[in-house]
Amino acid sequence: MLSIDRSIIDAIVAHARRDHPDEACGVVAGPAGSDTPTRHIPMENAARSMTFYEFDSMEQLRVWREMDDRDEEPVVIYHSHTATEAYPSRTDISFAGEPGAHYLLVSTREPDTEEIRSFRIVDGAVTEEPVRIVAAAVDPHAVQSYMFGQSPATVDYECSGR
Amino acid sequence: MAIEVRIPTILRSYTGGAKVVEGSGDTLGDLLTDLDSRHGGLRARLVTDAGVLHRFVNVYVNDEDVRFLGALDAKLNDGDSVTILPAVAGGAFGFAAAAALAGHRTPVAR
Repeated sequence: MLSIDRSIIDAIVAHARRDHPDEACGVVAGPAGSDTPTRHIPMENAARSMTFYEFDSMEQLRVWREMDDRDEEPVVIYHSHTATEAYPSRTDISFAGEPGAHYLLVSTREPDTEEIRSFRIVDGAVTEEPVRIVAAAVDPHAVQSYMFGQSPATVDYECSGR
Repeated sequence: MAIEVRIPTILRSYTGGAKVVEGSGDTLGDLLTDLDSRHGGLRARLVTDAGVLHRFVNVYVNDEDVRFLGALDAKLNDGDSVTILPAVAGGAFGFAAAAALAGHRTPVAR
């Protein structure tokens, strides 16, 4: 499962909408070993394409070094599909080179619907996982769960002390 | 001569988990052959059967992408630092089309 803060999801979706109809891409870094995405880094799509994305190699070197210096790792690698569903294409699978990362896909095909899905991609095998969006800014105990690309299945208020 | 090589997570299975290894060679191609003698299989993950650098990796000498330095012919000097990163790319594009693109890929300058 991917647990991620609502404010980061909002920033990723805003980035994807802004670059639409081109694909948008980026990283969310987090402390190494924590599996917690904390620092959103929008990246240039060097391909500037509606159907392909590619990190600029020099920007990637800079960002990967910075993560190394801060003892972080790429917890989430995201990109958008702008006319198709948020599911990894064969190209995505061929390139997936960070076995520890959550591959987050956002589809911007519907202007009013947020379509977010997350996958592990290891040795060419794709496994979808639930996304748990934590609305820390509003209420740290309020959780929306997105299951497999559906709209929010539950808003799960974990009540404490009662 | 010693050249420091930084290995990405996905290739550390070839280096016994080591993040940094050392090797030698006058060119990147020589260095990869040298590394492969101690870390068998590593070179095949970086170089295609056709003998060119794989599309799925980025290799840097110090701060430069080797695609701008002659790829496998890039010259190396003692004390250089080589960094290997998985290229991050993909998209809705079909694989065949992406492979065709890779065939005439030119580096994207900033």
